[in-house]
Amino acid sequence: MNENSDIQAHEILDNLTLFYGPKKKFVAICAGTGCRASGSLKVKEALEAELKKQNMNDVDVLATGCLGFCEKGPMVVIHPDKYFYQHVKVEDVPEIVSKTVANGEVISRLVYRHPETKKTLYREDDLPFYKKQHRIVFGQNGMLDPSKIEAYFNINGYQALAKALSEMTPDQVISEVKKAGLRGRGGGGFHAAVKWEGVRRAHGDPKYVIANGDEGDPGAYMDRSLMEGNPHSVIEGMIIGAYAVGSNQGYIYVRNEYPLAVEHLTIAIAAARENGLLGKNILGTDFSFDIHINKGAGAFVCGESSALFASIEGRAGEPRAKYVHAVEKGLYDKPTVLNNVETWANVPLIINKGADWYASIGTEGSKGTKIFSLVGKINNTGLIEVPMGTTLYEIIYDMGGGIPNGRKFKAVQTGGPSGGCIPESLLDIPVDFDKLYEVGSMMGSGGMIVMDDTSCMVDVARYFLEFLKEESCGKCVPCREGIRRMSDILEDICAGRGKEGDIELLETMGAAIADGSLCALGGSAPNPVLSTIRYFREEYETHIKEHRCPAGVCKALITYSIDAEKCTGCGVCVKVCATQAITGEKKKAHVIDKDKCTRCGACIQSCKFDAINVK
Amino acid sequence: MVNMIIDGKDVSAKKDTMLLEAIRGAGIAVPTLCAHESISRSGACRLCVVEIKKGNRTRIVTSCLYGVEDGLIVNTQSPRVQNVRRLVMELLLARCPESDVLRKMAREMGVEPQARYAADQDKGKCILCRSCVRVCEEVVGVSAIGLFSRGSYKEVGTPYHEKSDVCIGCGACVYVCPTGHIEMLSTGDKRKIWGRTFKMQTCDKCGKHFAPVDQLKFISKKTGVPFKNLTTCTECR
Amino acid sequence: MTKPISVASKTKQIVKKHGNSKSAMIAVLQDIQEAFNYLPKEALKTAAKAMNVPMSRVYEAATFYTAFSLKPRGKHIVKICKGTACHVRGASILQDRFETTLGIKPGQTTTDGKFSLETVNCVGACALGPVVVIDTDYHGQLTVNKVDKIIKKINEEGA
Repeated sequence: MNENSDIQAHEILDNLTLFYGPKKKFVAICAGTGCRASGSLKVKEALEAELKKQNMNDVDVLATGCLGFCEKGPMVVIHPDKYFYQHVKVEDVPEIVSKTVANGEVISRLVYRHPETKKTLYREDDLPFYKKQHRIVFGQNGMLDPSKIEAYFNINGYQALAKALSEMTPDQVISEVKKAGLRGRGGGGFHAAVKWEGVRRAHGDPKYVIANGDEGDPGAYMDRSLMEGNPHSVIEGMIIGAYAVGSNQGYIYVRNEYPLAVEHLTIAIAAARENGLLGKNILGTDFSFDIHINKGAGAFVCGESSALFASIEGRAGEPRAKYVHAVEKGLYDKPTVLNNVETWANVPLIINKGADWYASIGTEGSKGTKIFSLVGKINNTGLIEVPMGTTLYEIIYDMGGGIPNGRKFKAVQTGGPSGGCIPESLLDIPVDFDKLYEVGSMMGSGGMIVMDDTSCMVDVARYFLEFLKEESCGKCVPCREGIRRMSDILEDICAGRGKEGDIELLETMGAAIADGSLCALGGSAPNPVLSTIRYFREEYETHIKEHRCPAGVCKALITYSIDAEKCTGCGVCVKVCATQAITGEKKKAHVIDKDKCTRCGACIQSCKFDAINVK
Repeated sequence: MVNMIIDGKDVSAKKDTMLLEAIRGAGIAVPTLCAHESISRSGACRLCVVEIKKGNRTRIVTSCLYGVEDGLIVNTQSPRVQNVRRLVMELLLARCPESDVLRKMAREMGVEPQARYAADQDKGKCILCRSCVRVCEEVVGVSAIGLFSRGSYKEVGTPYHEKSDVCIGCGACVYVCPTGHIEMLSTGDKRKIWGRTFKMQTCDKCGKHFAPVDQLKFISKKTGVPFKNLTTCTECR
Repeated sequence: MTKPISVASKTKQIVKKHGNSKSAMIAVLQDIQEAFNYLPKEALKTAAKAMNVPMSRVYEAATFYTAFSLKPRGKHIVKICKGTACHVRGASILQDRFETTLGIKPGQTTTDGKFSLETVNCVGACALGPVVVIDTDYHGQLTVNKVDKIIKKINEEGA
């Protein structure tokens, strides 16, 4: 060990950090995937050009990662006042620069208006969406350009690493993480420090550290936003973890669908190497570690650890029975720590601010915060970060702003295909690992898909089983054949071919599939079915016995008709109907030919008068 | 030695053996389809599941892959175990309605076909246990066949369903297949398997067509024994 | 003019770039697909030999992962997000419309080779659901009424 290493690590980092002085004023424009889709890169270019034109060279434009409130994109936050502008267009830019950036004057048409009180709210922190959040991990996104390492230095980046390397032994790092109570954010909620300890103690060389960025749960995208928006926080967490367990090689396994995450991670890893934060003798110490990026190729099952290892090793991603745990025999049969992206991003915080601070946030058994993607039938869609233990009600109504179009809340689906649907009667539960499990769902990676009374719970179960049928690796019988048969039965129920006894059969099959499957995919696959039966059994019965879909979703069980009172005969629906099922004279009520109608929904989406009835 | 209680009986087993062997060693029958003595185990069929108790925790494990442990309490017939086995048999009966092996096994286990599952017509007798793929890779060493696609589309075969240029026609896959799915047709000096026809070597002494020429060539190449020394069948040697 | 490079030599280059290592198989297949827009049989056979991996193992990986296509794909790839958030906001209605408009099912390519239709489990743009990604463009909060227009526009741009 280098005797001077404790002083050195800090000194080296300080020198790196000093090199880049932060500017006071900056305009943050969200360049996450959501806002990019809404055209934020063009706004960014316009901002840069306009600042130059108006000779404001002391103001930076930061193309940041996801700011969370994706619904309102493209969004711009003007610092230091943190004025929040939503749905910003290129045409708005000159005014933003000349008024707000130059003079602190607010442009009222761009600010957020409270949907109920109609009050305008200027600052990011005042918005109900942000107000109750506690963005210790995700909040950094808004402060930095993810493609610049200096931006990360500016927010104390890599200080935790310097501290760990110079002031702490590997065992101290592990005990700090243990004291903090950090649990894995990827699904099962396993204690991170227990894994780390296992790998530290395990015999075998080399040891590996992996970040699981496969984020397979449909409806969840927080890991994407961290990899895209703050890649260095994930990398720093991994380096600290590698130091703690004694590993020199790490991997980040990124989903195939996330090209921007790969791009930003690649840039970040290269910059970290250049600055001596990855590679040989990190920050002048004798600790060496490097990271390789592996891209997934489209397989949900690769979120499962042994399947992920198979994929990194270059094979089809089939899991194997895990009676010997990955901490002893993981990647290439060597001791391996696998944590998900969000878990790694929490590590620098714990080291920087201490375990006591971290453990003061959250509930008895679940510490810290959790990022959720609040999506589906909800007003404020986006990513939120809240302390563990926040109630579902607070999340859905206070932050999410409730259900759009005056409809009624029906259920919230958490935990992805391994999770379940939680009904209205349980909205008061505090959200943490154990509570969600107790009510028949799961934390998963943090997807929260809100459903209203136009969502059919049988259809939701059918949807998940169809998903899992495609995603089962096909290795073991209960999962491969059992999910397929469950899916067939649900397909039947939705098509009006359900039979007496189907519900009971699904329950029996579900229990046996959960018990008999080889890996966690099959083990949790019946959850979407079992949880919807548990809370919405009547809806199944209505489908089977009365051949009715009360939510108006299952095509075989519904008919469309036009409300003659409401129809103005405008003819818009006639144009959009793909099967020419709608006829009528101009300015007179139209009719739908039920035989021709495919219930595709085009007319409903185009009718401005809400004149299409579904029964 | 390791001491356990299996179905209420005290059983001791050698360290580093699998539960399956320990249970069968104690005279208790466990159904299996994919565990074959000559190949590594995959845990694919799930018939050998048993319920184990360690401390207060009970769980279902595949006995073919779970190593024996001191103090383990094993139940091979618990309701949970029986539910899994029944489900597996019902699912396999629906997948391979033509298989006599499965029908017989189901009868012995008291499992009837589940009427709610429409019987498949296109899967033959293959239960995807992967024994054939493993024997081809691990024992024969040619990896001519594999398991392609995934989920319910998974199938066994040669890449692109083409005649394999690495297959040696040895028939080891046919030998390990538990249900008799793989077809091997021998007529005269020809053998047809996986869509490819192999010429059979005639025994120098008895004149029997005893092995594919390609297989003997493969053995010759692997072992260094000249081909001409391999043209006598095992019985005449 | 540079001579068009053959499938085999391009594949060998790719395998070499990844150090001829069989653990790089997935990355090799990704690069092959990027080079040829699908996985040609000849490329897989060449790669198997160059990496010293049985063809059956290569074919297993190529058929296991949904990102890989064994058939040539269209000039434009239409990916319909089937994530949960998109599902509850009507992704299947969109899928129906794309199927009718293009006259193909997911996994197929139009006869003129212009479009391939694919479904994807979640593109991670859940707040904008339902989302359809065409090539690299994200179309958020898409309604069926816009589908024909989008396809028409791409057709006109390509003409």
